[in-house]
Amino acid sequence: MKVKIIVNGYKKVYDVAPDEYLLDTLRADNFYSIKRGCDNSSCGVCTVLLDGKAVQSCTLLSVKADGHEITTIEGYQEEAKKLSEHFGHQGADQCGYCNSSLALTVHAMKTEIKNPTNEDIKEYLVGNLCRCTGYEAQHRAIKLCLEDEE
Amino acid sequence: MKVVNQALPSIDGKGLMMGKKAYTDDLAEPNSLIVKVLRSPHPYAKIVKIDTSKAEALEGVELVLTYKDFERRPFTRAGQGYPEPSPHDKFVLDNYVRYIGDEAAAVAALTEKIAIKALKLIDIEYEVLEPVLDFETAFENEVLVHMEPEIHEMFPIGFNPKKNLAASYHMHVGDVSKSLEESEVVIEQSFYTQAQAHVMLEPHNVNARMDYQGRLMIYSSTQTPIHIRRIISQALDYPLSKIRIIKPRVGGGFGGKQAIHGELLVSTVTIKTGKPSKMIYTRKEVFESSYSRHPMRFDIKLGATKDGVLKAIDCFVISDTGAYGEHALTVFMVAAAKVFPLYNKVDSVRFHGNVVYTNHTPAGAYRGYGAVQGNFALESSIDMLCHKLNIDPVKFRQKNMIRETETSPIFKIMGEGTEGIEMFMESCKLEYCVKRGAELVKWKELFPRKELGNSKVKGVGMAIAMQGSGIPYIDMAAATIKLNDDGFYNLLIGATDIGQGSDTILAQIAAEALGTTLDKVIVYSSDTDLTPYDTGAYASSTTYVSGNAVLKAGKEMRQLIIDEAAKVFDVKVEDIEYDGVVLKTKDKEITLKDLSNRLFYNEDQKQLQVTSSYYGTKSPPPFMAGFVEIDVDKETGEVDIIDYISIVDCGTTINPMLARGQVEGGIVQGIGMAMYEEVLYTKKGKLVTNDLMNYRIPTRREIHKLTTEFADSYEKSGPYGAKSVGEIGIDTPPAALANAVYNAVGVRITTLPITAEKILMAIKEKEKGEN
Ligand code: FES
Ligand code: FES
Repeated sequence: MKVKIIVNGYKKVYDVAPDEYLLDTLRADNFYSIKRGCDNSSCGVCTVLLDGKAVQSCTLLSVKADGHEITTIEGYQEEAKKLSEHFGHQGADQCGYCNSSLALTVHAMKTEIKNPTNEDIKEYLVGNLCRCTGYEAQHRAIKLCLEDEE
Repeated sequence: MKVVNQALPSIDGKGLMMGKKAYTDDLAEPNSLIVKVLRSPHPYAKIVKIDTSKAEALEGVELVLTYKDFERRPFTRAGQGYPEPSPHDKFVLDNYVRYIGDEAAAVAALTEKIAIKALKLIDIEYEVLEPVLDFETAFENEVLVHMEPEIHEMFPIGFNPKKNLAASYHMHVGDVSKSLEESEVVIEQSFYTQAQAHVMLEPHNVNARMDYQGRLMIYSSTQTPIHIRRIISQALDYPLSKIRIIKPRVGGGFGGKQAIHGELLVSTVTIKTGKPSKMIYTRKEVFESSYSRHPMRFDIKLGATKDGVLKAIDCFVISDTGAYGEHALTVFMVAAAKVFPLYNKVDSVRFHGNVVYTNHTPAGAYRGYGAVQGNFALESSIDMLCHKLNIDPVKFRQKNMIRETETSPIFKIMGEGTEGIEMFMESCKLEYCVKRGAELVKWKELFPRKELGNSKVKGVGMAIAMQGSGIPYIDMAAATIKLNDDGFYNLLIGATDIGQGSDTILAQIAAEALGTTLDKVIVYSSDTDLTPYDTGAYASSTTYVSGNAVLKAGKEMRQLIIDEAAKVFDVKVEDIEYDGVVLKTKDKEITLKDLSNRLFYNEDQKQLQVTSSYYGTKSPPPFMAGFVEIDVDKETGEVDIIDYISIVDCGTTINPMLARGQVEGGIVQGIGMAMYEEVLYTKKGKLVTNDLMNYRIPTRREIHKLTTEFADSYEKSGPYGAKSVGEIGIDTPPAALANAVYNAVGVRITTLPITAEKILMAIKEKEKGEN
């Protein structure tokens, strides 16, 4: 069936199966920033923004996105670059598999919470797992990035 | 130094965050056949009938594979150098399945949906066999996990399938029974470690196609491209020269991607059909059907004088390798070889035991590689001894631990699967690490505990650790440096970046040696057609072994450039001064840029290129002291980790920020192993903790503060003084946390993970005993 989704501002029409997940639809359309780490919304690497809200695309049926706006980090390249500067300086880069979705979730957080505290940041991002960094460097980088924008 | 020991941003971080096409599945052919595996629902069974005709008849199914499609060529998935110290006990597909999740058959179909449907159409009948599920009774059990006549060891590793032994080992120094008898204080305890899962966020995945030259070209998310190529060739009897493995960006490995996973099935599908194919493990498959850390039981005895001199270590170990014996012997040996030398002043040591087969998910390589298990047992028992002796654990370690210039007889006796080599510690700053850690954690003030009121109590704990830097006389790495016009370079390396940042730090070493900047060194790594040999990313070898190869190549290239300039000016080589940018002699000079352009286009044209190799003649250990401050709630048993302090001696940090990331990532994985990562099986042998909801890795919420510092240290044999740093971080948390819990609430938890439930139960038990 046909669904109309606005992806990063572009009007897209996809022909999807009723049980197809958005993760697969978007990856098939070369949105490589969206990764697969699990299949039950428990790791966060497939995060996309649905009308500005962070959701897990591995459990979101593509048909449910019909008529909605989806944003991936491909739509926020400047933000990704900015955050990545801080990641670079804090040594927060490792395998990078969690990074795109993390950048996107940080963006969603910014629109939702003004001046988030350490605890706010950790709570907001708790669903974004990272197995490489131990979180400390990521946390420093995210904080510095937020401070930079103030 | 201008580039080395500088906290430069990684060379790939930005592109990865921006979501560029980079990982294995990003590079799959869009029309790949999807390969799916029919997995055993039984822990042990014989396939008595398998009929694939219905599956084959399904539209969209290209191929169904069963054991009948493969010659019986046993191999090991381990992904080690050749000949491997792991038994060849695996077939691509076999008529026996040996654990729940083992491969029974495979399907290649146009879509995933069709493939899954086809799996259900395979008519398979099993004769269900009695499994071996308790590793403590697996040895000489009447049920044997392996009875195939073809399986074998490559050299003696104590392999004896008739006793369920994948490997066994015995070593001793001195007379341990006598030392224990003579010891004034002796403690004895058993410890258990669990089958920790790697949980790299990118699941195992691989894709293949036949290229335009008719060669099998594979993208694989692997730590060992060269070994993968060799294993495919041997297991499938396919010419090595027709296989190309490319490792793109990898989303984490931690040892989990040292072995071969879907490559053999995917290769078979593509060779047989001529069509591209791919396989991505589901998260459940990663948990159930790849491998985990070897669970172990340690029976340990320590003896000491009453004034606190450690005299004897006696240790018997049983290790559960599950259904296949990958890394069976080597992980087992490292549990002592990279732990016991910490206490090098003992009179005697004995270390022996068995690595047994069971019908569990196999065990294999995992960061820490036995050392983390051994560290938990030894460093917990050292604290128990300290308690009995009434000596401060920090003081005890300061008195008994290894120091710079010293050695341990264990180095010579135990290598990785073979004998080791004698080593003196040319760099060992453990004394500093312990002193500094104690200072930062406020040991004097907080040891052993401080009541916080309510039901809470604060405790501190510590442990020391060591690891290695590559496998001497076995691991080899090579690097090629090529000079381009305009004076920039290509660095081609077999070294395998799996997220730890080796591309960046190796480029830093090259840039330093060449006298240039990081942006002038273009790195390309891990492509078996284009990059030189490297064993791969394991055994903490890359910084030290690959780094030394890069340093050598950099120095040689620099010399070649100087030689060329001498020719240009017609002077002696010694008369050239070179700072990496301009080549000068008396009154004349030429920039590298001009020289390189001239070499390409104008005069005496040639390509400057060098390839250098390096293999270690020793494996200098990095050391660390881990100190932890925790708050324990006596009413719930819950533990809050307030600060984990790591003081690390890894020699020079090539990139201090990335080194810190290695340590902290390891610490948090170690904290996971110590506190959260529970592995549960049903009575029937089914893994319950097979997804990320049931298997809990640390999240941001649990990690409050990590304090990481590096000791001022220089390892002469390392590139610019560096040792390894990839694994050491994971070693101390289990013991340091167990010790902290003991110090806080007086209960000794000897099985991992140290859950709130266990602590609470132990507190209750203790209170009962006291009343
Ligand atoms: S892939 Fe969606 S949350 Fe893990
Ligand atoms: S950097 Fe590897 S999972 Fe986060």
